[in-house]
Formats: sequence, C-alpha cells, structure tokens
Amino acid sequence: MGFQGIGASVRRKEDVRFLSGKGNYTDDINRPGQLYAVIKRSDRPHAKINGIDIAAASAAPGVVRVFVGADLAAEEIGGLPCGWQIHSKDGSPMAEPPHPVLAVGKVRHVGDPVAVVIAETKQQAKNAAELIEIDYSDLPAVANLTDAVVPGAVEVHDGVPGNICYDWVIGDKAVVDGVFAGAAHVVKLDLVNNRLIPNAMEPRVAIGDFDTSSGDFTLYTTSQNPHVIRLLMGAFVLHIPENKLRVVAPDVGGGFGSKIYHYAEEAIVTWAAGKVRRPVKWTCERSESFMSDAHGRDHVSTAEMALDAEGHFLGLRITTLANMGAYLSTFAPAVPTYLYATLLAGVYKTPVIYVNVKAVFTNTVPVDAYRGAGRPEATFLLERLVDVIAHDTGFDKVDLRRKNFIPADAFPYQTPVALQYDSGDYQTTLRVALANADWEGFEARRAAAKGRGKLRGIGISTYLEACGIAPSAVVGSLGARAGLYEVAEIRVHPTGSVTVFTGTHSHGQGHETTLAQLVVSQLGVPFDQVEVVHGDTAKIPFGMGTYGSRSLAVGGSAMVKAMDKVIAKGKKIAAHLMEASVEDIEFADGKFTVAGTDKSKALAEISLAAYVPHNYPIEELEPGLDETAFYDPKNFTFPGGCHIAEVEIDPETGVVEMVNFTAVDDVGRVVNPMIVEGQVQGGVAQGIGQALMEACNYDPSGQLLSGSFMDYTMPRANDIPNMSVATENTMCTHNPLGSKGCGEVGAIGSPPAVINAVVDALKEYGVRHLDMPATGAKLWSIIQAARPLMAAE
Amino acid sequence: MPQVTLTVNGKQHTVDVEGRTLLVELLREKLGLTGTHIGCDTSQCGACVVHVDGISVKSCTQLALQADGTSVLTIEGLAEADGTLHPMQEMFREHHALQCGFCTPGMVMTAVDLVQSHPDGLTEKEIREGLEGNLCRCTGYHNIVKAIAAAHPLMHAKAAE
Repeated sequence: MGFQGIGASVRRKEDVRFLSGKGNYTDDINRPGQLYAVIKRSDRPHAKINGIDIAAASAAPGVVRVFVGADLAAEEIGGLPCGWQIHSKDGSPMAEPPHPVLAVGKVRHVGDPVAVVIAETKQQAKNAAELIEIDYSDLPAVANLTDAVVPGAVEVHDGVPGNICYDWVIGDKAVVDGVFAGAAHVVKLDLVNNRLIPNAMEPRVAIGDFDTSSGDFTLYTTSQNPHVIRLLMGAFVLHIPENKLRVVAPDVGGGFGSKIYHYAEEAIVTWAAGKVRRPVKWTCERSESFMSDAHGRDHVSTAEMALDAEGHFLGLRITTLANMGAYLSTFAPAVPTYLYATLLAGVYKTPVIYVNVKAVFTNTVPVDAYRGAGRPEATFLLERLVDVIAHDTGFDKVDLRRKNFIPADAFPYQTPVALQYDSGDYQTTLRVALANADWEGFEARRAAAKGRGKLRGIGISTYLEACGIAPSAVVGSLGARAGLYEVAEIRVHPTGSVTVFTGTHSHGQGHETTLAQLVVSQLGVPFDQVEVVHGDTAKIPFGMGTYGSRSLAVGGSAMVKAMDKVIAKGKKIAAHLMEASVEDIEFADGKFTVAGTDKSKALAEISLAAYVPHNYPIEELEPGLDETAFYDPKNFTFPGGCHIAEVEIDPETGVVEMVNFTAVDDVGRVVNPMIVEGQVQGGVAQGIGQALMEACNYDPSGQLLSGSFMDYTMPRANDIPNMSVATENTMCTHNPLGSKGCGEVGAIGSPPAVINAVVDALKEYGVRHLDMPATGAKLWSIIQAARPLMAAE
Repeated sequence: MPQVTLTVNGKQHTVDVEGRTLLVELLREKLGLTGTHIGCDTSQCGACVVHVDGISVKSCTQLALQADGTSVLTIEGLAEADGTLHPMQEMFREHHALQCGFCTPGMVMTAVDLVQSHPDGLTEKEIREGLEGNLCRCTGYHNIVKAIAAAHPLMHAKAAE
C-alpha cells in the first residue's frame, strides 16, 4: 500500500459497501412493529380550508390514526423555525409568518401538507389518504416573482403587505449613484436566475421511533446535519429535550442543500410515533419530492456597471428580487443576502457596490440553498455582465477581466461588500484555463464547425465563492440563529487504532476516506486503522453538518485541533515513560521521540499506557487518549477559478452540444485529488444542467408544471461532455489545513461559462443576452426570429 | 393472494404478493434486498435496474408476478461468493465512478448489461447513449463513462477464460 495521507488519491473506503448493495440508506431501515405514514398534500396553490373529513379514511382497512393540523395545534406543536433573521433597510425584522407542520386554515402551495395517515402498510395508508375529503375555497394565487410585487398582488400571508419578506441593502446608494453619474460607460443587464429543483437521487425518508420504556425518541432521517435537526425539531417544534431525542442520518443519497432543512415530515413521524407508540416511517415518492423538497435559485435582477474610459470597473449597482416560496425554509433568508450580495465583488476590484434585495413570498414551494446557494446567482450575474460589457463597449472579454482582477499581491483584500478575501491568484487560474482550453485555437475550431453547418461558441467565467461560512460571532451579528463552528472527537483506542467522530456529514463527499487521510498524515496511523463515524447524535458530541463546502475547511480543522490535543497529551505520557522532559519530546510519523536520541515510543504504546495506566503520570494526567475540539473559523474561505465552456449549436434545431469544458479551480490544500476532481465534475454537470436544461416552472395559477422527471429535464450522460479539470491552488491562510472547499465550485463557475459560450455562438444572430435554460426550443426561436433580419441586411 | 416463484441471485423463493406489487418492492420488502433502490416513480432514473434472465430491467416497471419463473440478478449477487468484486464494481471503485452511491447499483447493473451486449467494444458515445435510462446527480457521469470503458476489456477477457 502506497502513501495514503494528505495529497494521495486514495480509493474510497465507502465504495465496497455502496457497490455491493450494502449501503444503509434511511429507506433500507425498518423498525419492529413499524407503521407507514402517507401525507395528504394540497393540490391547490392557495385555498382556505373549510373542513377536513377524515371519517372514511380513519375507518379504512389498516388505518391506525389520521392526524390534521388542528391535532398538532392542540398540543402546541410549534411551526417550522427559520434559522436566519434578516433586517430590512429600515431596521425592521423580516416578516416571518408561521410555517405550520400541517396546514392550519389555509394552504399556500401545491404540496403543502394537510393531513397524515398512519397505517399498517404503505398501500393501506395510501388508499386511505385518497379517502380524506378536504373542503377548500380556492383563493387567487401568485407564483411568479415579478407578479408578486406589483401593487394589488395577491397576498400569500395576512400581515405581510406586498409579499415582501424583507427589503435589504448593502452599500451606500448615494456614493454608487455618484460614481455612475461620472462614468464613461454604463452597461445595464436584466437577468433571471432560473428556479431549480435539487433532485438528489435518494428521495427523502423519515422514521420516527419511540421507546416506550425510556420515553426516548429517535428520528432516522435523510439529513445533511442531524444535530441541527435535533436542535430545531426538539427545541422549537416538538419540545423534546436533547437528552431524549436522537437523530440518525445514515448513508444519505445526495443532498446538494436540499437535505439541510428541517422538514415537516421529520416532525410528523417523530410526533406521531409518540402518539401511536410504534415506529412510523415515511418515504417520499419522487413526485412528492418535486413539490416538497426546497427548491433553489429563482432570482430576477437588474445589474449595472459603471466603467471608466479604459474599462476599469468603477461601481456596481444591483437590484434583485428573490423568491422565498410560500414559507421561510430553514436558511432561506441568508441565501440572497449574505451568500449572494456579499459575493458581488467577485474577483474584481470594483471599488463601490450597492445591492438591494427584496425577498418575496409566492404560492410556491419554499426556496432555500441549492448547491452554491447565492454564489451561483452572484457569479451568473457578474460573469454575464462582464461579457455584456465587452459586447456593448468593444473591450476584449478576457482583457476586461484581467484588467479588473484583484492582483495576487493584494491579499488580504477587503471588498466593498463586507468580505475580506485571504488568498487567491486569479491571473494564474485564468492563464492555465486559457491554455488548457486552447483558447487561442478556438477561431480555427469555430471555422471548422461552420464548415459542418454548426455554430460554435466559447465562453469564460472567472469566479469566486465563499465557503465555510463563519465565524460564529460574525454570522450571529448578521442574523444567524446558530453557531457555525465544527466539532471533532479523535478517539485513539488502547491498541492504537483510531475512530474519528465528526459533526460533518457525508452524503457523497467521501469523508470516510478524506478525513481518514488527515489522521494518516497527522498521527501516522495506517489508513485501514482509521474509522470515520458521522451522522448520529448519540455518537458524535455535536456538529453543524455539511453544506457550503465546509466539511474539510471547518470540520477537518476541528480534527487537526483535536489531534493536536492528542499529540500534546501523548507527549506528556511519552515524557513520563521515557524519563525525559515534555519539551524534549517530538512527534512525527506516529512516534514520540526524545529529541537527539534514538529513544522513541509508538503512538500505540502511548495509547496502551493511557488506557492501562500502570506506569503513568496519574497525579497530573487523566487516563485515556480521546480528545474533542470545537473549531470556530476566523473567516470564510474563498475558492475561485476559471471555467471555460465550448458549445456547438445546430441552427436547424437550436440544440446545444457541450463539446468541451475546462475548469481550473483554486480550492486550497487538496487532500484527495481524485475526490476533488469528482466533486468538480459533478458540480459542473449541475451547472450545465441549470444553463441548458433544468427549469422549475409554475403556471400562472400556481400549479407546478415540472413535477416529475418526465417534465423536469435532468442532465443525462449524453448531455455532459468529458471535462478537463485541474487545480491551481493558493492556501487558505487562516485554517490549519489551508483547504478552501471544492463541493460547490463546479455549480458556481460553470453556468455563466456555458451561457457566455451560447451567446458567443449566436453572436451573428444579434444575441446580447439570454436567460437560462438555453433549451433547443428557445434557441431555435431566437435563430428563426433573427434569420429574416439577417437576410434583409 | 397470488404467489410468485423466482430465483434471485441463485436462490429460489416462493412469495405471496399482491397483484400490484412491483418487482422492486418484492426485492426490497419481501426479500430484504435493499441494494436495489427506488429513485423515482416514472421509470426515469434507473436506480432500480436489475437483470431478469440476463437482461437489464427497471424493476419498478415490472410487476412481481411478471417475474414468475425467471432468474433475477441484483447488485447483491454480482460479486463472487468470496466477496471478490465483479470487474465492473472494481472499475467503478478504481475510477471514482460513485459518490453518494444511491444510483450506483442500478448504474452498475445497466453497465454490466451494456458491456455484455457489446462484445466488440464500446465507444464513449455508445456508453453515454447506453446510460440514457440512468440518472446520476453526483458524478457528472465523467468517471462512470471511464469506469465502463475500463471494465469492458476486463469483462470480456474474463468471459473468454
């Protein structure tokens, strides 16, 4: 076995299990005596509930109980809490209307849960749910973001005038307006960031279990952050203290953000298990996922850049409408503010920026973070705007970017929108990407494509994002209702093997491998003797989970701190055993050595002494070698890079073929290059999906049109090209690993690169901008409309 | 209740099923073979692909009763009895062709059939087209395509032994 520490493409520990059908996903778990829950959901976008008749359903074969919203309200079960409070520009707190677990009085989106049937079998529960009669009075509905803010629009919630959740600003408008007044060029762009449905391949599942002897509840759930769910559901919804509530998130089949949030079904099965005193299992069907998993994106923006005569960016002015859906999902308010507007400096030294964001309620599924969360929206806006500036002013699009980059020697760099970047080298990622993509050779490829009757285009995106959102005190001051540290426990067992307990959660990222590699490098323990445990509040001290590419940068750093403690304690034990002073003990390659001598003790000898403390400094040191660390980062991390897309469009059909994709990312220290490449490839595929095919559509009445995989286009193998993926890394300066995060870069950097390529391919058709997705139908229409004009010229 | 008799991973089972029971439900709920997954309800995602008499089939699209008398191979039956992985499983591991693992059983079963039915070789385009019925949200397919291409010569060399 070769080197398996930091930097090695170690094959994954988890793979044999997954490849043999031995994964343990939540739906694979069945509890003795288990009942099945089926949720009756609203088929109306907006309606008053006059009454719910559950008599027939309750009497149906196999039915144990039917619950409606009033049953939970009678027990003072709380609504689903929101984890982030934003304040409007006038200082008032955001509108935070109740989000009942089961609808009370009104339904506000198609898919809003109204009742739950608990029965002996899934089929019986399903049959009975069909017998529930809900007497609705339909209300007018509003699904479209821009429709929701016109005067006189239907209001989704009483007491939320104009559907405005908050009206938030960052930057000084007067200063920015002044810059615009004196600018040589002003370029304006209206754009939409299309609404998406995350669609992790594993649908959500929740199993509530109640131990009648101890009174303990257990929730098995498809979550990215079991401790967060325990906190939110226990403290705010069901009023179960942490010591009586265990949350287990076993193998989870993809998340992409959609499994961060506390969902109604988790509370329903846990509460119902206590009522019926038997386990209750709910398994989401895919068509239910479409109308109950939090959606992503859905922004409408106007962006304006002021430039001087040489093309330097002088000021940026943006207004954005952000769709919240019908209720506030757990982290929804943070996405279009602190994960979006603060990123709008991007990689550029734009000196002044003003952003106004209005968050808006509509009769749609709640919208929250989806892979990238705010940062893809910021990147799409900026990188489209830069290309449109090039289009309108005649500056070269690459030179324009180079000219405005924050230089590599300017770090730490304070942006005008609150963030301070610690490191980066945007000229290098650009230079390497241009070389890897053979940018210079493109015109020859374009000419060759033209000979084949194809329109070929190339597009670039130079992006920056922020990961590992922190520190806790700062996010608290910005409205977060939680800390954003991470926790690790390193348990060195008596004979020297190690179990890592991490508060992060792996749902595809490969933590069982990557985090073990950290132990190999720092403690010198062989890879096969390291086990990584995650996803169970009964085993792990605490944790904030996995999202925002935080697991390595924050969770890995917590491990480094805990291992530092292990080494520090081990040195004291070693000093005692080798009769040396602690200051003279060195630790390397799994051995404690007395400096300048050949006296040494292996970690396993030290751990054995710690657990069998016969010869041990017991007066000054406790037995055992098991250390826990909480790590609260000093800052975000700032990955960035350059993505280049190359497309060919068939002018007869409008269909886009992705022919090349090149990514050069700066993700800081790479622990496992194979896994990093895989993360980027997957993110890019989601970005290509957003750019070319994915769209969540509602009709004007609020009915969900894209409600299944037959209506919502997912990228398939044939839609995605082979990708050239590389890294050019600068180290994060404030965490001990130097890692920045790689989980979202693909989905953040790629959509504007793809659209810039499509626009470039269509330049002879007079296209300045088009909104995502660039479907064949949309492009065919553009080409058809332009042809007569071109013929007339 | 009607009965179905079928062989799954070499072992014969006789099971009572409702007429509406799907093959995937029989495998997961009656036989406890939870390696075969359910990712959608419209036969789009392919997480449930198994082999029925050697042909890859979406087991959410077939009634359990239709499998009467057949021989079914699931992901649990693909490796050798001693645990040695099938070349396709091995290549998926080698080329990091899986992340969350949820689509993986169906993807592997589809890939095995694809390679078996193309003894003379597979181009990248043929592999990508052959995966049309399987969705993966994690990998971007890049490494899945690589793994299948790498498994092709190994599987056919093995078959020639």
